[in-house]
Amino acid sequence: MTPERQTIFLFLAIGCVLVAATAVGMVLARRRGDLPDPMVDNLNQRIRAWWLMVILIGIAFLFGRTGVIVLFAIASFTALREFITLTETRRGDHYALVAAFFIVLPVQYILIGMDWYGLYSIFIPVYAFLFMPIIAAIRADTTRFMERVAVTQWALMLAVFCVSHVPALLTLKIPGYEGRGLLLIAFLVLVVQSSDVLQYVWGKLFGEHRIAPTLSPSKTWEGFLGGIVTATVLGAFLWWLTPFTFIEAGAMALVVTLMGFFGGLVMSAIKRDRGVKDWGAMIEGHGGMLDRLDSVIFAAPVFFHLTRYFFAV
Amino acid sequence: MIEQFIAGLVTLFARVITAVRAEWGAHLPDLRPRVYFANHASHGDFVLVWTVLPKPVRRKTRPVAGAEYWLKDRIRRYIGTRVFNAVLVERDAEKRTADPIQQMATALDEGSSLILFPEGTRNLTEVPLLPFKSGLYRLALARPGAELVPVWIANLNRAMPKGELIPVPILCTVSFGMPVRLREGEEKTAFLERARASLLSLRPREHPRP
Repeated sequence: MTPERQTIFLFLAIGCVLVAATAVGMVLARRRGDLPDPMVDNLNQRIRAWWLMVILIGIAFLFGRTGVIVLFAIASFTALREFITLTETRRGDHYALVAAFFIVLPVQYILIGMDWYGLYSIFIPVYAFLFMPIIAAIRADTTRFMERVAVTQWALMLAVFCVSHVPALLTLKIPGYEGRGLLLIAFLVLVVQSSDVLQYVWGKLFGEHRIAPTLSPSKTWEGFLGGIVTATVLGAFLWWLTPFTFIEAGAMALVVTLMGFFGGLVMSAIKRDRGVKDWGAMIEGHGGMLDRLDSVIFAAPVFFHLTRYFFAV
Repeated sequence: MIEQFIAGLVTLFARVITAVRAEWGAHLPDLRPRVYFANHASHGDFVLVWTVLPKPVRRKTRPVAGAEYWLKDRIRRYIGTRVFNAVLVERDAEKRTADPIQQMATALDEGSSLILFPEGTRNLTEVPLLPFKSGLYRLALARPGAELVPVWIANLNRAMPKGELIPVPILCTVSFGMPVRLREGEEKTAFLERARASLLSLRPREHPRP
């Protein structure tokens, strides 16, 4: 199959799954009648968000590499503003924040567009890391200085650096896999997001023993194990999208689902610390961009570097 | 016509920068004349309140602003009086030619709603809300029937701090509370304190700091 055909086939398959999910959601909503059921509402909201996500990614794919880079740059922007909103910045951080939003973020994505691995892989961990505190120090506001600098660094690392590793997959040169970078992105996003959904479903069906009750009451051992195993199997069966063999695809899927799970845990810890339930209110009743991206953020850089080390030239 | 276009641009800009979200709570927008009283920490405060009001309500809602600022030059005069249709009051009592309370009461009588900042000036301190000036009380006394709606504007002072040219796109919220009314025989201090407390209660929960 040509990459184009594979992409079309993949989107058709996802479309079928979503149609089925939507049908199930409608049946559940009808059976419930007028009684309010937060679980069914939440399920239908999730399905709607999924449609939106698939449509957006589909449109980005139509525009190829530029489309994907722009889509994830916008995702980074939204995630960064959600993160910064929940932190306690002061007036002295203003220049540093302006630089983060309007210089560091666009430059990172332009570097990826330029295929400049040597710079985009260190731009935020080295240059932003050093220059952000310099900018903050020039303003001479020392109140909670270290805390404020650290929080801004974290925001850039998570919302910009990590997220940008999804479109960066397009820059990898994998022998025998030319022109198929979009499918690698589809593999990563599909495995991570379906792992989230499968953990949710397994947890709802069989969940009893909580993993971290204080952090995230909805995460259970049953959901975790069931979700990871099924998402790993799903990933293995998607090997035909990737440069990996069946076993390799399964191993990659296992790594990214685990990273995704721990990403969700870390982001929950931050939300708990800030005393909020969701990162934002972007989609009605559905939280913000970071609530959807938390697992991708932790999975993307590891997936990128494993693929680069073992498969790219 | 052109004024409405400019107003549209201003609210669009506010939306793009702050992605502002309204929390109506139990309060719902209404065309009846109301007094929205809000905390004041940024020049953009009233624009943000204006932005979240539905268009028909927005057209009938006028900010109360300082005349000395908005009459300073032709551009400000045009924007202040024609685009924002502000009720311009003279803050310096010695220069007054009209009674500010009377100006506001007249606007209410004409069917307009008002956006008022009872702190009297922008709050550039670390405390969340300054003590109220007496204007809100005297307006309530002049028009006892008017509903006074507390409005908390969160984060705009972080997005556009004083003296900065470039805004940072931090998410802002505008929360509306239950209307406050002057009670029979209520003293000035008691009323102002009650109004201030109702506004403060809308403030997003302070994050616990160890």
